[in-house]
Amino acid sequence: MRIGLFATCLGDTLFPDAVRATAVLLARLGHELVFPPDQTCCGQMHVNTGYQREPVPLVRGFAEQFGDPSIEAVVMPSGSCAGSVRHQHGIVAERYGDAALRAGVATVQAKTYELSEFLVDVLGVTDIGAYFPHRVTYHPTCHSLRLLRVGEKPLRLLRAVEDIDLVELPEADACCGFGGTFAVKNAETSSAMLADKMRHVTGTGAAVCTAGDSSCLMHIGGGLSRIEAGTRTLHLAQILASTRTSPYVLPSTPLEATR
Amino acid sequence: MSTPTYLGMPALPPRSPYGTGNLRGDRTFPRAAHDELRNGQLRRNLGKATHTIRAKRLAVTGELPDWEALRDAGSAIKTDTMNRLPELLEQLEAKVTEAGGTVHWARDGAEANDIVTRLVQQTGSDEVIKVKSMATQEIGLNEHLADQGIKAHETDLAELIVQLADDKPSHILVPAIHRNRDEIREIFRAGIPGVDPELDSVPAHLAAAARAYLREKFLTTPVAVSGANFGIAETGTLSVVESEGNGRMCLTLPDTLITVMGIEKVLPRYADLEVFLQLLPRSSTGERMNPYTSLWTGVTPGDGPQNFHLVLLDNGRTAALADRIGRQALNCIRCSACLNVCPVYERAGGHAYGSTYPGPIGAVVTPQLAGMDVSADDPNSSLPYASTLCGACYDACPVKIDIPSLLVELRHQHTEATGRTAEKLAMKAAAAVMGRPGVYRAAQKAAGLGRVVAGRDGKISHLPPPFNGWSDSRDTPAPPKRSFRAWLASAEGASALRAAAEEGARTRTEADGPDEEEQ
Amino acid sequence: MTVTARETILARIRDAQALAPASAVDIPRDYRTGRTLPDADRLALLTDRLVDYKAEVHTCTADRTPEVIADVLRERAVCHLGIPPGLDRTWLSAYEGEVHVDSADTPVPELDALDGVLTSSAVTCAETGTIFLDASPDQGRRALTLVPDLHVCVVDLSTVTPGVPEAVTRLTPTHPTTLISGPSATSDIELERLEGVHGPRTLAVVIRTDM
Repeated sequence: MRIGLFATCLGDTLFPDAVRATAVLLARLGHELVFPPDQTCCGQMHVNTGYQREPVPLVRGFAEQFGDPSIEAVVMPSGSCAGSVRHQHGIVAERYGDAALRAGVATVQAKTYELSEFLVDVLGVTDIGAYFPHRVTYHPTCHSLRLLRVGEKPLRLLRAVEDIDLVELPEADACCGFGGTFAVKNAETSSAMLADKMRHVTGTGAAVCTAGDSSCLMHIGGGLSRIEAGTRTLHLAQILASTRTSPYVLPSTPLEATR
Repeated sequence: MSTPTYLGMPALPPRSPYGTGNLRGDRTFPRAAHDELRNGQLRRNLGKATHTIRAKRLAVTGELPDWEALRDAGSAIKTDTMNRLPELLEQLEAKVTEAGGTVHWARDGAEANDIVTRLVQQTGSDEVIKVKSMATQEIGLNEHLADQGIKAHETDLAELIVQLADDKPSHILVPAIHRNRDEIREIFRAGIPGVDPELDSVPAHLAAAARAYLREKFLTTPVAVSGANFGIAETGTLSVVESEGNGRMCLTLPDTLITVMGIEKVLPRYADLEVFLQLLPRSSTGERMNPYTSLWTGVTPGDGPQNFHLVLLDNGRTAALADRIGRQALNCIRCSACLNVCPVYERAGGHAYGSTYPGPIGAVVTPQLAGMDVSADDPNSSLPYASTLCGACYDACPVKIDIPSLLVELRHQHTEATGRTAEKLAMKAAAAVMGRPGVYRAAQKAAGLGRVVAGRDGKISHLPPPFNGWSDSRDTPAPPKRSFRAWLASAEGASALRAAAEEGARTRTEADGPDEEEQ
Repeated sequence: MTVTARETILARIRDAQALAPASAVDIPRDYRTGRTLPDADRLALLTDRLVDYKAEVHTCTADRTPEVIADVLRERAVCHLGIPPGLDRTWLSAYEGEVHVDSADTPVPELDALDGVLTSSAVTCAETGTIFLDASPDQGRRALTLVPDLHVCVVDLSTVTPGVPEAVTRLTPTHPTTLISGPSATSDIELERLEGVHGPRTLAVVIRTDM
């Protein structure tokens, strides 16, 4: 398949390892990757903070860069960015765009996937030959769970990883408290939510807390780092990209692992 | 104080005025939450109660195979109701009148308070018994009656606790959810005349104390004030859904019953109850059915109040109705499921919202009923931001109100009205950078400079305002040396992808080989 | 002429609908309606639900109605029993205490002096364990089943429906109707259900399986 890779602005700039792992994974599965060089950001932060005029160029940019019919699917290692494309780009285009933009958005929306749903639903694979001999707990991020409805898909992928010790996260479906600018505007409430999430994560004794969104992992990982919990955060793609021939080596300090 | 500038679309015809009453707190959500978060007892009480109810709700909604079909029907019936509101209200009025009731219309809270006061005064009574009602809480009826020398006795157990403690409700369904049994015992010992001084904190004993205290009020008070869960246009039937029997007492024993109902509570057909009597109890208390539901139509000779008044309340509802997206919030049936699943409500509690309507639904309904002021410290303007947009509320809502989308919409309305703010300039700047790939790539390189402010361990531990709240409890990794795109463009990136493709091809050949032979 | 609140509100609604035009909506009614269940299944389901919400359940055939009722009343030491005017008096042939026939003229405080009340019922929903009283002569005015602390209610299995929709269609909207699911209860203390507040603290249901 010819796959358009959307790195997401956060992934491209702050967490390139997660995107690298996504690229490696898709290449290993035998697919051709396209990386439109003018891609930047999906505009989710703008929309979720109340700004819908400002991200119009971002919505247009996304539709243009990935609109090419030769790109069969657009894949990104983020539930919330995929959710933004599928649920918010239409709102922005409807309100502040023209007919061409609305059509362009509809075209890319229909072929946009978060990584785990792309692997399971489109490629029909769950065992992708990964090897990760560590105790891992999985946090389902809110947008992947309730906006995209990825359900059990990430867990099915993780269960198929060789030698993984996958432990259930108590109250897994509770929000970690990130919420984009929520963590800044309502930092204290966010911290209270984060504290509970961290308590559940560390209680599992996992070496790694994984998820499908670098943003939530930045939040959880930032908290775990501050309390020196010893549990690291790692994007789902990084676990899935780890193989016996090129295994992921857990770094010495937790925060580095998130990068 | 200068005249506040309210948000709204300048268009013809005019948009209705906003509502009055208990629909605006005295401080913003983050400030209120700052204090509430420090109340450890509140956190424990809320955590225990919300976790209890979540499990119960999931159990009783899970046992209905047609739960989703009921939600779809409930949502559509309410939307249809809003589409046909004028004729449904006129029909309701005609049917109630036909059945011996009297219908009153109130443009706002003040007018409703005046109507109720006048009706109570006409009976000659200086006290009323009350069924828990969000509408009368919204308009501040008790306080208004007190000013007119009329004592209102709340008869719902939780409302009684709140009233005796001179407290404020913090939950739609369980207004005293922030109190635990020991606190309730203390409130009863201090507030119920003649209560057993040895009263302990066994819930059954607390309920018995309330029963004994209120029984005499039920038997002697000639006027009751209630709200309504549903008003059926087709038949003029009103409905109150409750648990304790205090509702039945108020709706049955006095000579005069005054019901205050928001205009959005009307339902088209009697048969629609078959949907809502399934959706509401399972969503609110997590029961298959609440203990008592009363349905009455006007006046029945020889049975119940012989004088029945229905007060139809606008108070900002028509303002909300004028919003294409936001009007969905009027579909709310006040079950409070969204509060019980909300991670923000669970931590901050209901008082932080400052309104009669707390939690996720409060964060969308309050600004719509009472408006958002553009000033930076307006409590209502802070409400749409009091959410991570996690979506748990949408999943729990029995009438499928898309609360996260409404929050995003209200945020948009707010930013559209506020003019130039530092945040807006920052958002514009960010969009300008993101919108020009060349500038974006340059900025990305500059972000690498963030490594300078990071400590030797690669962490950024302190950030300036407004990001200091973030960095108070979270480290931020310093930006890496190389972006993804730089890696991809490098020889290392190219060879890594080539190696991965080759490894994959090799593995597939090995795996496929034996299969092919077998075939 | 002054504009009434009624005119103002109706005009505001029409203005609002002009500002935000409605999109037509079809109401999907794909939920379960018109269900039927065999007698034994409805009985089992109803019994399970009543017991779950702490109601007392007695099952009998019609010919045993008087003795079952007498047993329930004796066990509860009922000496003063209230009944609605239209109740079948043969039900009381084995009861030895005093009977007070209620009417609209009986002052409510006198109801408070009763030990219990015995009524029939209109419809019952098995799935939720809900009894519907519609103030017919065999059920009486609403105060009668509210003020006394014990309510003994006779339910004929033929009036038991599987679900809520089947029960609602059997109601007469103009009758004052009370839905009862177990004894009075509250969830107001720490959101835990607790039986017994203002309404009857004991609900005893006599299900007649051949009626």
